[in-house]
Amino acid sequence: MKVLTANRLADGEAVWYANGGWAEIIDNADLADDKAAEDRLEAIGATALANNEVVDVNLIDVTVANGVVVPVRLREKIRAAGPTNRNDLGKQARPEAARAA
Amino acid sequence: MYRYDEFDHDFVQARVAEFSDQVARRLAGEITEDQFRPLRLMNGVYLQLHAYMLRIAVPYGTLNSKQLRMLGHIARKYDKGYGHFTTRQNIQFNWPALSDIPAILADLASVEMHAIQTSGNCIRNVTADHFAGAAADEVADPRPYAEILRQWSSVHPEFSFLPRKFKIAVTGAERDRAAIQTHDIGLHLKKNAAGELGFAVYVGGGQGRTPMIAKKIRDFLPEADLLSYCTAILRVYNLYGRRDNKYKARIKILVHETGVEEITRQVEAEWQELKDADLKLPEADIRAIDAYFAPPALVERPEGDEAVKLARLDSKRFSEWLDQNVVTHRHPDYAAVTISLKGIGEAPGDASDSQMEAVADLAEKYAFDELRVSHEQNLILPHVARADLKAVYDALVDIGLATANSNLITDIISCPGLDYCALATARSIPVAQEISNRFASLERQREIGELKLKISGCINACGHHHVGHIGILGVEKKGAELYQVTLGGSADENTSVGEIIGRGFSSEEITDAIEQIVETYLGLRLDRNEKFIDAYRRVGPAPFKEALYAGETKAA
Repeated sequence: MKVLTANRLADGEAVWYANGGWAEIIDNADLADDKAAEDRLEAIGATALANNEVVDVNLIDVTVANGVVVPVRLREKIRAAGPTNRNDLGKQARPEAARAA
Repeated sequence: MYRYDEFDHDFVQARVAEFSDQVARRLAGEITEDQFRPLRLMNGVYLQLHAYMLRIAVPYGTLNSKQLRMLGHIARKYDKGYGHFTTRQNIQFNWPALSDIPAILADLASVEMHAIQTSGNCIRNVTADHFAGAAADEVADPRPYAEILRQWSSVHPEFSFLPRKFKIAVTGAERDRAAIQTHDIGLHLKKNAAGELGFAVYVGGGQGRTPMIAKKIRDFLPEADLLSYCTAILRVYNLYGRRDNKYKARIKILVHETGVEEITRQVEAEWQELKDADLKLPEADIRAIDAYFAPPALVERPEGDEAVKLARLDSKRFSEWLDQNVVTHRHPDYAAVTISLKGIGEAPGDASDSQMEAVADLAEKYAFDELRVSHEQNLILPHVARADLKAVYDALVDIGLATANSNLITDIISCPGLDYCALATARSIPVAQEISNRFASLERQREIGELKLKISGCINACGHHHVGHIGILGVEKKGAELYQVTLGGSADENTSVGEIIGRGFSSEEITDAIEQIVETYLGLRLDRNEKFIDAYRRVGPAPFKEALYAGETKAA
């Protein structure tokens, strides 16, 4: 299973592609579970990069457990939550992310 | 300290204007990321995991209070209330918006600061002994030469696109506190028999995936020849350094592959063409730069001895801090103070906006407006009257910066690691924090004595793990963090590269392993005066391997 992630051009915020736009949290990211869906996300990422909406676009591996999207690699877990030594920073510090978690 | 002249002001202002325009065009979609990336990197802007990162140059680690206050202001206004001091004596902000960076650079320019050449394949911020100008053991202040190198290397047309980045460090004392032998060029300022100033020149040191100790290619280079000789080195490197493989592109590889004799011959031959031309430094120019670094007028403060003696009796903690974080100054009434940014369990090198402002106030009030950033990620007040030490200490206690651990096991160098860095393969800060908490007892730390522990979260070695007495390298193995331990590294005048001690440890095991190493050392040292590094050099890795892995061998 994969999701599309990037950093927003203007402020560098880590974002994930969800419901036709770029969301600041991973929870509702569009999931790709076959090659066709991955190709679709990749095309969306390439367009968004070309349109200067985002940078550093990547398809990343995730798992979904009980409806919660969890990145496979630690690097992506940290991007989705924030620095592990500072719970007051990053997505984990935000009420909407805390509610989702 | 150095003050910008008209040329410097115009140069930095022009760069702010230029980069502001580039950012505006990028945000408007007029230039692509591929076009913009090299431009932003030339101005210290990286993209990391959570956001952009801005690395600001602190030339040879020297700051005044106005500048540190501005860094605090930037942390509060544009970032998340803190900054991270680095092993290149710089500061990084981890969360700035790209759209705010022009305003940040304009603020920096107003206090004679910038972010130029803090990235890219150019000559990076020249570093120097953080006690420069204060140390009792120095021949002369190394910073005027670092400043001359800064001026020469700033947007140097020939050396802005080198095969790879290039780092220079200068020390003015026999005791090397600037780690010069781990640099592309290391300069040791010294005097010859005639009492003239010059440099021993080291070339080809570096860390990263292939650690190398620099080779001395000249024992004494007259000060007037500094730029012509460095130009000769850079020319040889620019011509022959490898551009086909990023991992073999540093000058250390060229020196290693060419051999020190041949590289010396090439440099000397190049230098013969240059030495008597326009790069020869006029005596008057050197002295003019020197004058910027004239020591503050240190008035006699003989009451310091008595004041310190009484304050020691009054406060055990002050006494401990004095023993650990205060060093001898060339003036007997003064001392140099290390402000530890390694509070127990804290992220090494981080300081909050209000801490930066409070330290700036202290520098203004008690330290002739001078501050340093050390490559060990601490702040320094280089000139404090001994009579004022208690007042400084009390003020540091109030802001949580009075940790008495300079050079002890919790004075850890650590890179940001996977919590922030896009290159990292494992976390560093949480490992540093756990080790710091494990060894929290100052009594225990002091019993262990001087121990330099350094942690990198990837093979690029920003955390200097190769030259830690104990080094920790975090890697990713089968999707998990694994920490490799090296022992016996050192970054002083007896530089050595640590040796890998055996299989790596998981994040759950690493602190226990470090404790095991420390206990082994305590068990085998000859006496309290034998430091960890000396004991390791005497006994070698065997007892440590035995302690860490013997159980496994037997079980197998």
